[in-house]
Amino acid sequence: MPRMTMIEAIRSAMDVSMERDDDVVVFGEDVGYFGGVFRCTAGLQQKYGKTRCFDTPISELGIVGAAIGMAAYGLRPCIEIQFADYVYPAFDQIASEAARIRYRSNGQFTCPIVIRMPTGGGIFGGQTHSQSPEALFTHVSGLKVVVPSNPVDAKGLLIAAIEDPDPVIFLEPKRLYNGPFDGHHDKPVTPWSKHALGEVPEGHFTVPLGKAEVRRAGAELTVLAYGTMTYVSEAAAADTGIDAEIIDLKTLLPLDLETIVASVSKTGRCVIVHEATLTSGFGAELAALVQKHCFYHLEAPITRVTGWDTPYPHAQEWDYFPGPARVGRAMIETMEG
Amino acid sequence: MATRKPASTAARRTSSARTSASVRQQTKKSSPVGQIIAPPAPEEFTKERELQAYNDMLLIRRFEEKAGQLYGMGFIGGFCHLYIGQEAVVIGMQMALKEGDQVITGYRDHGHMLATGMSPRGVMAELTGRRDGYSRGKGGSMHMFSKEKGFYGGHGIVGGQVSLGTGLAFANSYRGNDNISLTYFGDGAANQGQVYESFNMAALWKLPVVYIVENNRYAMGTSVSRASAQTDFSQRGASFNIPGIQVDGMDVRAVKAAGDLAAEHCRSGKGPIILEMLTYRYRGHSMSDPAKYRTKDEVQKMRSEQDPIEQVRKRILDNAWASEDELKAMDKKIRDIVADSADFAQSNPEPDPSELYTNILI
Repeated sequence: MPRMTMIEAIRSAMDVSMERDDDVVVFGEDVGYFGGVFRCTAGLQQKYGKTRCFDTPISELGIVGAAIGMAAYGLRPCIEIQFADYVYPAFDQIASEAARIRYRSNGQFTCPIVIRMPTGGGIFGGQTHSQSPEALFTHVSGLKVVVPSNPVDAKGLLIAAIEDPDPVIFLEPKRLYNGPFDGHHDKPVTPWSKHALGEVPEGHFTVPLGKAEVRRAGAELTVLAYGTMTYVSEAAAADTGIDAEIIDLKTLLPLDLETIVASVSKTGRCVIVHEATLTSGFGAELAALVQKHCFYHLEAPITRVTGWDTPYPHAQEWDYFPGPARVGRAMIETMEG
Repeated sequence: MATRKPASTAARRTSSARTSASVRQQTKKSSPVGQIIAPPAPEEFTKERELQAYNDMLLIRRFEEKAGQLYGMGFIGGFCHLYIGQEAVVIGMQMALKEGDQVITGYRDHGHMLATGMSPRGVMAELTGRRDGYSRGKGGSMHMFSKEKGFYGGHGIVGGQVSLGTGLAFANSYRGNDNISLTYFGDGAANQGQVYESFNMAALWKLPVVYIVENNRYAMGTSVSRASAQTDFSQRGASFNIPGIQVDGMDVRAVKAAGDLAAEHCRSGKGPIILEMLTYRYRGHSMSDPAKYRTKDEVQKMRSEQDPIEQVRKRILDNAWASEDELKAMDKKIRDIVADSADFAQSNPEPDPSELYTNILI
């Protein structure tokens, strides 16, 4: 089976989808001629021409708005916002239009768009190139929110997202593009070519939206994570020696509650990890659901490990980033609590 | 028009011309149409002005070269957008300012900061993420401010500063002073929707704001012609009746002359004005950009034929306002200032962990 980086897998997903369906179009800032700042769309314009893969002005609101119109007319735009930090001007179109077209039109129209965007820190991007805005989207009914953590999932989930009839926010942890970064920033990262999850089938396949996966089976404690934090949590489990069950949520909306509840009911302890800020973060939703559904199984308070409630600093990146040391401490406390 | 059946193409043309002429007249009656103003002749600089321009532009160039080196050596992380090639724009505009005027720009901001007189040490230390950087190291290359120098950032989101610059101008108007806001943005940012919301408000309320479009021909990797339907950015205010001037942004004297005209326009209560600066960045969009979307010849041609610093240098030498040796001495002094800023930026400690939670409401 071919080995792919996450970038190649994402590119392959768009390639396969464009090949199969003429209605799939790909566009965004620097996406066509330049092939995307992270190279996710490299070669697609050459292969499919300028009408199916093209550059746009720097105009996020316009990009998303136009995509919604196209989608309502039956196209399937898979668009790129260059960094998740740039999506805010388009938020009105996403929340007020894309998310509601199905509801508002009594189901006559849906909005099959995918909005891809690189998310998260770890590359010294500072406050405008490092944010994790997933909770802003999970707060909007009508959207699906996906965060892949590896090449094979990225490809399968992206194809599923493109084929899905509703709008999907597809957040790509940029620190994972080239390898499973586990937060040990002073150590080299294993490239995807040497990681099992870097094995990606060449052609068409899907990974279902709304399904989580147990990354590491364990008996003592459940860790709920997604994206980069999956690997940070694995590192923390290895560093502390705690037999943690690590769940990669993959899709935040719709959420795979069943897998979560089964695990926490078994372990009785739960640590939630995300890179986004703490207050009103997606972890708060997870904690509320876990206490509701696993209340009589819990043996310790649910703990969250997250980015601090500040902008992402340029200096002090590794103080901000919830690394294995902080996750490990939370796991130990939860075992003791 | 569409419902009529003109007898011939010629008739249609005549009729169409008549209609649009009368429409124009009507518009004229209600409000003056935004006009494209011919660029004023470049100002004849005195010896002192030329030497000042040379010194100030060279400081930016040497600073940026050093920043590029420090980035390559790993002392600067993340994003770093160099201003090399565009120096005449900020230096010429700064000469048109007076005490209390405000400057605001996007992420290619090191030149603007040095032009306003911010300290090379403070800027460089911010690039390296150290505690005596202008934002305590927490802002980085794209996010610095100086209340003292009237510099309002340093903004990392493309176009985000344009509305803010409009607000600065509103504040001037509200306070009844005759200060102006210099609101810089690039050809890429010029396509953001909020730019036009700002234009409308600024024209509606006659705000003293000079919108400076630094057209360096490439929005990241996308050339102007691939992203803009109207590539003459001086005309972008036409539908708001905002006049515009296209300026040779590689000639500091042309920039100064246009800057004076624009400042006078704003200070005399005529509202906003657009200056499109035709300029060029020599380096990639950021340090990670190999700039494969243009040829090396194109860059070399600009460097050898239109370099803003070389132009001044040549005039200084032609007029015998300074000797080669004196210019060399000037360069040496600038290099020393820049080297000092680099030493400082490498030896200055990182911010204390307690700084994580300063200046944020929680």
